[in-house]
Amino acid sequence: MLKLTAEVAERIRAHGAQSYPYECCGALLGSDGPEGRDAWDLVALENFRQDSPRNRFLVRPEDVLRVEKAARERRLDLIGWYHSHPDAPARPSEFDREHAWPWYSYVIVSVEAAQPRQMSSWRLTDDRRRFESEEIVAQLGMPG
Amino acid sequence: MAVKVMIPTPLRPFAGKQASVEVDGRTVGEALDALTGRYQELRKHLYAEGGRLRSFVNVYVNEEDIRHLQKDETPLREGDTISIVPSIAGGRPQPQTAASDPVPPLSKEEVLRYSRHLIMPEVGMEGQLKLKRAKVLLVGSGGLGAPLALYLAAAGVGRLGLVDFDRVDFTNLQRQVLYTTGDVGRPKLEAARRRLTDLNPEIQIDTYETHLTSENALDILRPYDIIVDGTDNFPTRYLVNDASVLLGKPNVYGSIFRFEGQVSVFGAPDGPCYRCLYPEPPPPGLVPSCAEGGVLGVLPGIIGSLQAMEVLKLVLGNGNPLAGRLLVFDALEMSFRELKLRKNPECPICGPHRTITELIDYYEFCGVRGEEAPPPSVQVPEMTARELRERLSRGENIFLLDVREPHEYQICNLGGYLIPLGDLPRRVQEINASGPVVVHCRSGARSAEAVDFLRKAGFSRVWNLKGGILAWSDEVDPSVPKY
Repeated sequence: MLKLTAEVAERIRAHGAQSYPYECCGALLGSDGPEGRDAWDLVALENFRQDSPRNRFLVRPEDVLRVEKAARERRLDLIGWYHSHPDAPARPSEFDREHAWPWYSYVIVSVEAAQPRQMSSWRLTDDRRRFESEEIVAQLGMPG
Repeated sequence: MAVKVMIPTPLRPFAGKQASVEVDGRTVGEALDALTGRYQELRKHLYAEGGRLRSFVNVYVNEEDIRHLQKDETPLREGDTISIVPSIAGGRPQPQTAASDPVPPLSKEEVLRYSRHLIMPEVGMEGQLKLKRAKVLLVGSGGLGAPLALYLAAAGVGRLGLVDFDRVDFTNLQRQVLYTTGDVGRPKLEAARRRLTDLNPEIQIDTYETHLTSENALDILRPYDIIVDGTDNFPTRYLVNDASVLLGKPNVYGSIFRFEGQVSVFGAPDGPCYRCLYPEPPPPGLVPSCAEGGVLGVLPGIIGSLQAMEVLKLVLGNGNPLAGRLLVFDALEMSFRELKLRKNPECPICGPHRTITELIDYYEFCGVRGEEAPPPSVQVPEMTARELRERLSRGENIFLLDVREPHEYQICNLGGYLIPLGDLPRRVQEINASGPVVVHCRSGARSAEAVDFLRKAGFSRVWNLKGGILAWSDEVDPSVPKY
């Protein structure tokens, strides 16, 4: 289960709409616990697949390190990633699966004609064979 | 060497929940082997089938990416830190060929025309509408482009673009079945449009009567779903490849030479591109074009038809496209071989660390300038065809040396003494070194080399026939055939 605050959910949708017809991508910061995970914040990132930004995104390793460091400084974890599927459903593609890491949550927002639609979250199974859907639950706000 | 391996968060569940692991190894490869030996679950996340590191797994020694060091062989020192760093990639599924573009339903005439497609369940009405929506660009309308254009137009590809700048000439007719004898002298695209419209008036034909260049390629390619490479030279082939990769479009490649042909599909999602196969062009002049090396007439028909078949499969989404495979056809053996092609992780245009982000000067890249013949490598005394005729008619005793091949001599000759260029060094004593010698070939290039050789061998009165037999036919005797 992935708990998203309304603000994080809205910012993912807005980033997807703003990047349309290209794919957007970014990192989710939060905490992971036995009760599921919480995404408290996000870091919007530049899509480095300029060759094919309509249907691919790439976050470079140096940006992954940078985001991890930023998360640590705020005592948060890098718990996953989001990206948009312009004019395609919010389901992971075969390409997503082949390039996925275990453990991370992968949030996908479908954007049709610049309008954000469905949002879903996915986790790669440990044998890498498929993605399992992860329930998204609205979170009311940052605790105390 | 004892080194520390930093494990990224997503892989910690597979490494005893640790953030770092101490292992021994003299190289990065050995250290990672030791790590995955201890934590075998890690292996499938780090390595693809075939044992190569996955493209999105980055390994650093201290602060350096091992791709910029010696990769697996990067040596380690005591106390080094190896970091496994993710890069994150993904993307939406490939759309079927613009499945959302609205097209009108098939007319009664079209239903009849495409009936043999419609009755196949694998094509059917859905497939035929995909063909009608498809936009395919053919670069080159010569030997490969001719069968491609005919079959794709006949099959009902809704929008067909053709790029060519040439006029039809007699030497084209032996294989370029799109053109007729009556078309000789006309622009190819004018003739092609008429022929294709006759064949199928239901489709849209776009013609681009121009050279494809780095300046216009992206604009010309952009409206199309699939690019088909029917070019006959390396600069354009690299240009077509790079522009297709930059635009994210599949590139159906074909090439022919004498009795052999090759076909592949480049730039498919996650498949290799032409540069993965050939990172560098061959040295200029090493691989002759059809004009220089010849081609058996049916061969482009076979290879172009195979390309057309791949286009139909890509549009319909059926079968296994030739992505990641190079099909090599040998007409003399009548054999097809298949070579596996892999995406080159260091490909400068389709790899993750690409260095080419825009179109470059492809003539410079291939070491040739434009369509001009390469400048003669040697400067030698020349004689024009007219001057040679005058001197011969004055009765001068000139020794005319023909340095072409025997099969060319059979096509036409000026009555010269035949010594093929390659045999000249060992047969040079057959020529009288004191008398005047005029050397010729077809166009003047090989004979220039021969004159240079003869001068170095001590011949003082030796000339190159400027423009060769072609000039002789133009200026002196039109009855001599040109080839």
